[in-house]
Amino acid sequence: MMATMNMIQALNSAMDVMLARDPDVLVFGEDVGFFGGVFRATEGLQKKHGLERCFDTPIAEGGLIGVAVGMGAYGLRPVVEIQFADYIYPAYDQIVSEVARLRYRSAGQFTAPMTIRAPYGGGIFGGQTHSQSPEALFTHVAGLKVVIPSNPHDAKGLLISAIEDDDPVIFLEPKRIYNGPFDGHHDRPISPWAKHPASAVPEDYYTVAIGEAAILRAGEQVTILAYGTMVHVVLAAVEESGLDAEVLDLRTIWPVDIDAIVASVRKTGRCVIVHEATRTSGFGAELTALIQERCFYHLEAPIERVAGWDTPYPHAFEWEYFPGPDRVAAALRRTVDAHG
Amino acid sequence: MTATQRPTVAKATPARQASRPNALSLRIPEPRARPGEMLDFGNLRLSRGSAVERPAIDVQAHEIRDLAYGLIRVLDDDGQAVGPWAPALDTQSLRDGLRWMMLTRAYDERMYRAQRQGKTSFYMKCAGEEAVAVAQALALAPDDMCFPTYRQQGLLIARGYPLVEMMNQVLSNALDPLKGRQLPVLYSSRDYGVFTISGNLGTQFIQAVGWAMASAYKHDRRIAAAWIGDGSTAEGDFHHALTFASVYRAPVVLNVVNNQWAISSFHGIAGGGDSPFASRAIGYGLPALRVDGNDFLAVHAATAWAVERARANLGATLIEHVTYRAEGHSTSDDPSQYRPAGEAAGWPLGDPVARLSAHLVAIGEWSADRHEALRKELLETVRAAGKEAEAVGTLSTGSRPSVRTMFEDVYKDAPWHIREQRQQLGV
Repeated sequence: MMATMNMIQALNSAMDVMLARDPDVLVFGEDVGFFGGVFRATEGLQKKHGLERCFDTPIAEGGLIGVAVGMGAYGLRPVVEIQFADYIYPAYDQIVSEVARLRYRSAGQFTAPMTIRAPYGGGIFGGQTHSQSPEALFTHVAGLKVVIPSNPHDAKGLLISAIEDDDPVIFLEPKRIYNGPFDGHHDRPISPWAKHPASAVPEDYYTVAIGEAAILRAGEQVTILAYGTMVHVVLAAVEESGLDAEVLDLRTIWPVDIDAIVASVRKTGRCVIVHEATRTSGFGAELTALIQERCFYHLEAPIERVAGWDTPYPHAFEWEYFPGPDRVAAALRRTVDAHG
Repeated sequence: MTATQRPTVAKATPARQASRPNALSLRIPEPRARPGEMLDFGNLRLSRGSAVERPAIDVQAHEIRDLAYGLIRVLDDDGQAVGPWAPALDTQSLRDGLRWMMLTRAYDERMYRAQRQGKTSFYMKCAGEEAVAVAQALALAPDDMCFPTYRQQGLLIARGYPLVEMMNQVLSNALDPLKGRQLPVLYSSRDYGVFTISGNLGTQFIQAVGWAMASAYKHDRRIAAAWIGDGSTAEGDFHHALTFASVYRAPVVLNVVNNQWAISSFHGIAGGGDSPFASRAIGYGLPALRVDGNDFLAVHAATAWAVERARANLGATLIEHVTYRAEGHSTSDDPSQYRPAGEAAGWPLGDPVARLSAHLVAIGEWSADRHEALRKELLETVRAAGKEAEAVGTLSTGSRPSVRTMFEDVYKDAPWHIREQRQQLGV
């Protein structure tokens, strides 16, 4: 059975399905129990599955990730929510030194098959503590997988894959598009997910494979790599610029779908990378390096990055900071027009 | 020089104070004695064995706050077991405990020498602290899950983990069960219920609580136990553990091994000067026991109480073991540079091996001759295991696991980039 879902409903459905299928799945985090989470992603799960399956934790991110490590060592599959990705830093030692390395350092005796969900990204006037995009802090860590969906269908399928994965997964949710796709035109009316084909979501179990990008638009002139909210900004920019761009939604940013990227860039010879995160040492830097290593002799223009500025995320300058469709379109134009 | 004649370090600048009589001054805690000064154990908070009551296991935490400030002791100066905490341990268990402590010590001495001989990079002894791990291993069930620090090797030894396996790990040789990935002494053995030891201090404390929560969730009977040093109680993980253990009534025994020194920092730098580490539990509503960590019987009794309480679904207990790190932090430091000579020998709570041996003698179950015979036997046991492990190889002989294994276990299945990098190295 298919249903029309927004991202929140799709994520909720993924956890609902997995709580029902696997008694070793637990869902916990700050405010996720009775209240159902500040973004309502866990709404109704405690009532349906029981107090001990979906519960509140103290406000101690390092504590709840540490607890999840112990539960993983016991054999459970914790799904933990960090209320905002901006709050994940107190857990960074547990994630980097423990979660990511348990399998390696114990030679496979102990593993931490957990999913760490965290709303991330800007566009909501959240200021610097509710808008960050810290994905590169996790792609840099050996042993982690990093997944970022861009629509309800992928969100549910990827979250189920993450929960079933035997390795730890950082699952970053672009909160700006929880309720509807956002193309960066903040001055226009908001479109709900119901009008988007990706809001058609199976009510039952299904998966979207981790590690596979999606080609959202085939094109010949330039390849665009994006993920999360930026996918929708990019699609708008392509439409408005009238260029024949190929748009890849990476979906899993690590391990990234290198074959899809290489095939596309070798075809178009040009590439623009778009992310909300700050530019310097952002994930775009890694993508740029990977592409020049593999596609250098196919490139006809410098690889461009469109990213958040290297400042903290400012409250009052949301739209000057946020890489909107105009900035993306300008980068596309420069890249397509470039001639060696 | 006496303690009162110490040079004026870390005092407020006199000139500044004189010019501003009501000015604030910053306290930087210092131990009572540094190298060249008289030993001074005046702040130890000792109590007599019979002075500390043994409450029922279902006592409310607030009713036994005094136990966080007292000191549970069983063995008196004559080697007799006295007081309400004297456990009903049969003599075979006592002799087993003595054997495992002595085996741990003999093992440590051999591996310390192996490091000095260049056979490995690093080693850490637990000399003086053997009672903590060994007595606790005896009080826990064999399948209870342990989350130790690097100084509870006695847990593995008391649980019968093969010495050769331990040595293979320390030597990072071809049979190292951890495939040469971990610093020496950071053991891991799922089969023996010992969690992979982290070099990031404190992380295991909250993980043990999570394991215990999982056990409770699954209606299991097994409990968890965790250890942390006095220094690392300052880490957030310690406080997370107490919070979560309290909130979710986790079946876990939380141990602070207060061996007085965190490398060169005395326990006061972790905040142990104004209030004992055991007292941390009080604010979390958890029962706290402060115990003579060099008294095998007292450690066993306190642990058995906490184990029984946890297994009865009554929740966690924090136990502070007051002991002394008789040697350096590791092979990488020289304790004579930061603490007075003779502090270990002068430690008022004595040596755990000598005290348990004296107890067995006092009850007519042991003798100096038997002690010496056992010492020699264990020396031979360790020597034989050492020969076997070194025959496989040492870090310096280059007999290591296949380099190819370096790329395994980063993920369950190696993604493309790991495969590619392995090929770049040509393995």
